[in-house]
Amino acid sequence: MRTPEAPNETVITEELQSFIGLESVASTYDIERHAVERFAAAIGDPNPLYSDRTFAESTSYEGLITPPTFFRSLLPGSYPKPYPEPFAHILDGGSKYRYNEPVRVGDQITVIRKITDLFEKHGRMGTMLFKVSEISYTNQEGRLVATQTSTTITYGTGEKDSGVGDH
Amino acid sequence: MATTNSGTETPMLWFDDVAIGDELPEVVKNSDTKQLVMYAGASQDFVAIHYDQNVAQEAGHPKVIIHGALKSAWLGELVTSWIGSTGRLLELDVQYRAIDFPGTSATCFGKVTDTRIEDGVGLVEVEIGLRNSEGATTTPGRALVSLPTQTTNS
Repeated sequence: MRTPEAPNETVITEELQSFIGLESVASTYDIERHAVERFAAAIGDPNPLYSDRTFAESTSYEGLITPPTFFRSLLPGSYPKPYPEPFAHILDGGSKYRYNEPVRVGDQITVIRKITDLFEKHGRMGTMLFKVSEISYTNQEGRLVATQTSTTITYGTGEKDSGVGDH
Repeated sequence: MATTNSGTETPMLWFDDVAIGDELPEVVKNSDTKQLVMYAGASQDFVAIHYDQNVAQEAGHPKVIIHGALKSAWLGELVTSWIGSTGRLLELDVQYRAIDFPGTSATCFGKVTDTRIEDGVGLVEVEIGLRNSEGATTTPGRALVSLPTQTTNS
């Protein structure tokens, strides 16, 4: 419900509000050696812990692990109902990672995303919608290995950029 | 929290050798559009502002922009290459305050802001960031790491 003194109409409709706290459908990924190698090559990180099995086995990790932001490649599933994204363009606001234990090649990681906050700001780009999501990563033994709190910003009208709504 | 380091390798960096104000060795990244395409594929982030000039301009950018998450990956490398395989990255926070472009040089830097021992674990807090070629910090952040201790401590 709008208060009478509200100067602008909010883009955060009741329908959007109903996504706060809603969990995405769980997605489970096998952590594959070559996917990790490819990710490390793409970010340009030469750390042998991600690619040199013999070296990695000689360390306290006792095997190949994933780079700290490898979680970005483990896309969360969709929500149980279609997310009504009001805007066309997207910007990443930032991420906060918390690491409980390393992810190893051979692990199975289950990803669940939950929107924890939605708010709007008015700036140079017009009205911008900020979406804060908390993403959990749980391994095959049921232990929460890491979380990522991600803020995405959407704005502007027009044809939707591919990928808006996935993040 | 899995912060113990059970291996037998010699630590590259001891908690005891770190002091507030220490600077991390800088990591310089010179990206190009090819790297953005590689990152898009590896991370499955196919938002087109990172590879399609027209889409980038429609979204209000002068040209294609670097994925924020790629900048996070570089800052992750800054910290993990400093602590080596016996340190553990516990927290990494990165904020994308301004956009960056491929074809320019980005410098990842960091500085120790706190050291403490909690439950026998040596914890080090670092302020980190990415500086563009004009000297502006576009991407500030922080990290918390644990490092092996040499001395017996309370």
